[in-house]
Amino acid sequence: MTFELETAISPEKLRRVAIDPVSRVEGHGKVTILLDDDNKVHQVRLHIVEFRGFEKFIQGRPYWEVPVMVQRLCGICPVSHHLAASKALDMMMGVKQLTPTAEKIRRLMHAGQILQSHALHFFHLSSPDLLFGFGSDVAARNIVGVIAAHPEIAKKGVLLRKYGQEVIRMTAGKRVHGTGSVPGGVNKSLSAEERAELLKDAYQMVAWSRDAVGLIRQLFEQNLTEYNRFGRFRSAGMCLVAADGSMDLYHGGLRARDADGNTMFDHFDYSRYWDVIGEDVKPWSYMKFPFFKSLGPEDGSYRVGPLTRVTHCDSIPTPLADKEREAFVAFDGGSSAGATLGYHWARMIEMLHAAECIKDLLHDDDIIGHDLMATGQRQERGVGVIEAPRGTLIHHYRVDENDQVIRANLIVSTTHNNQAMNTAVREVAKQYLDGVEITEGLLNHIEIAIRAFDPCLSCATHALGQMPLEVAIVGADGNVIDEATRDHRGLTRLVS
Amino acid sequence: MNAPQTPVKKLRVATTSLAGCFGCHMSILDIDERILKLLDLIEFDRSPLTDIKHCGPCDLGLIEGGLCNAENVHVLREFRKNCKILVAVGACAINGGLPAQRNHLDLRDILEEVYQTEVGLSHGGIPNDPELPLPLNQVHPIHEVVKVDYFLPGCPPPADAIWKLLTDLLAGRTPNLGHGLLHYD
Ligand code: SF4
Repeated sequence: MTFELETAISPEKLRRVAIDPVSRVEGHGKVTILLDDDNKVHQVRLHIVEFRGFEKFIQGRPYWEVPVMVQRLCGICPVSHHLAASKALDMMMGVKQLTPTAEKIRRLMHAGQILQSHALHFFHLSSPDLLFGFGSDVAARNIVGVIAAHPEIAKKGVLLRKYGQEVIRMTAGKRVHGTGSVPGGVNKSLSAEERAELLKDAYQMVAWSRDAVGLIRQLFEQNLTEYNRFGRFRSAGMCLVAADGSMDLYHGGLRARDADGNTMFDHFDYSRYWDVIGEDVKPWSYMKFPFFKSLGPEDGSYRVGPLTRVTHCDSIPTPLADKEREAFVAFDGGSSAGATLGYHWARMIEMLHAAECIKDLLHDDDIIGHDLMATGQRQERGVGVIEAPRGTLIHHYRVDENDQVIRANLIVSTTHNNQAMNTAVREVAKQYLDGVEITEGLLNHIEIAIRAFDPCLSCATHALGQMPLEVAIVGADGNVIDEATRDHRGLTRLVS
Repeated sequence: MNAPQTPVKKLRVATTSLAGCFGCHMSILDIDERILKLLDLIEFDRSPLTDIKHCGPCDLGLIEGGLCNAENVHVLREFRKNCKILVAVGACAINGGLPAQRNHLDLRDILEEVYQTEVGLSHGGIPNDPELPLPLNQVHPIHEVVKVDYFLPGCPPPADAIWKLLTDLLAGRTPNLGHGLLHYD
């Protein structure tokens, strides 16, 4: 059994349209659409076309290298991998409780990450679609166009991102691929000067984040019917929540609800995630398809990320963001909170939450403390889970008595959303592409659905595999279009 | 102040990520508010930031990431053909970077482990659809396939190094990073 529009019955008779590469997302993916002579859509797939093999080449490395290595999965959310790996290795070292300074520095780093990633995603990557229209001129539909047409919005986006990057630089040592978090704690805290420097702009960032929530709300109000309907589908969801059910992006237990909103598990101990989550493989993507085991691979798909987090938590522990959460879940009778484009709104609420967290943490004297490391009773394995900007991120390692990693499993946010993204683009294809002449502007609608998830296709390429050594690329008519062979250096050449 | 502007010819720039993590692209954006004025001087062709899917004639091409599949090779050649100046940005483009750690591994075993025998899989199977580009046995640096004009080291190179490269090229100078901007972490 497969999902609707996943596999055409006789693909050889159909015309293929490809979006390659999917742009204004992070990473490498493409979409293929198969149509018949009447432009009826028969198949739509989002393919993840690259793999890099992190889980494998981590094996054999000393464990303390891992938090620094794995962040090279992703340049947009390196801190998420840095911290998920650190948390897993805290557990492996038997550290149950970090020092207050270490925990708060890590939380500050994480909030900086959420702020910069959400700002980048909304302003630099997605706002052109929302400000100019879904099928607007391809030449202007980018951040340059936004800078020209809405300089005040673009400038806030650029400076919000900058501030998040500065928080990361001061806590991790570097804006991209820092080294601040280590198994058992952190290797630096803030100096009094760094703290004062960041405090200068902290309130401005809260204010601008509020403006951003206002902007997306206004866009929803102006386009309510289309935004609520766009790529809409029912879905289960999963995220971490704190012990009191409130939002916590750094630590907590897993909460999952089915498509009807019924709780499937709550405060579930993530160190046994495999009891609830399984993974499926499909031949047309390097990205796996996770599912809730209790529902099985056909019915068990779910979504993660801002939309799930903001609607699944009982509250947000910072006041301005919590007010915005209440407004969002009540808006239009709650229907926007189930819309694919609702991701953007939820994302901006989280950005506000991150800005408030940064401001609060900067007022906490623990962040300039000097007690950085904790120790414990060594274990064989460790699991670390964090809510990365795009959703739940799972790292799992086993380490042998020589301190070498012998096993690693990573389930990244985008992988959890694999089926959800495929469903969303199929919904959009049904709504906008079916039976009409396909234009560039219509194809952009497909990408807008993907962008709503803020997929990190780069993160999703971590699994390493190899295709058969000789492959013929066969066209729709059965003729061989291309064959690939390898030369003596192992380099593949396409021969037409 | 508001003297009529003589239209300057903008430097046309294309960027792409091959087998990279986008960290080098993040470092490009880390020039922060300088980007607001940079856009008076340059314009983007194909880039992850625009919706142009194929590279056209350009003055400058910035390549992040090495080569891990046939598609990467194809895109790189398209960039070389169209860009007057091609720059390898970051460790991955220059020497393969971290993804090249897979070069000593036996790929067939790994494929089976990841997609077939890994615990937790409901049913396994090695992805083999023709839509997926062929992976290369090893990850290669880009200079093994095309001529590269400049190499900008770092993982990622600092934003100031990228800024220096761009401003030197805009001024018609040979890029020279000098002390402090040349590092490898
Ligand atoms: S050089 Fe570093 S930052 Fe650049 S793509 Fe490679 S891993 Fe990412």
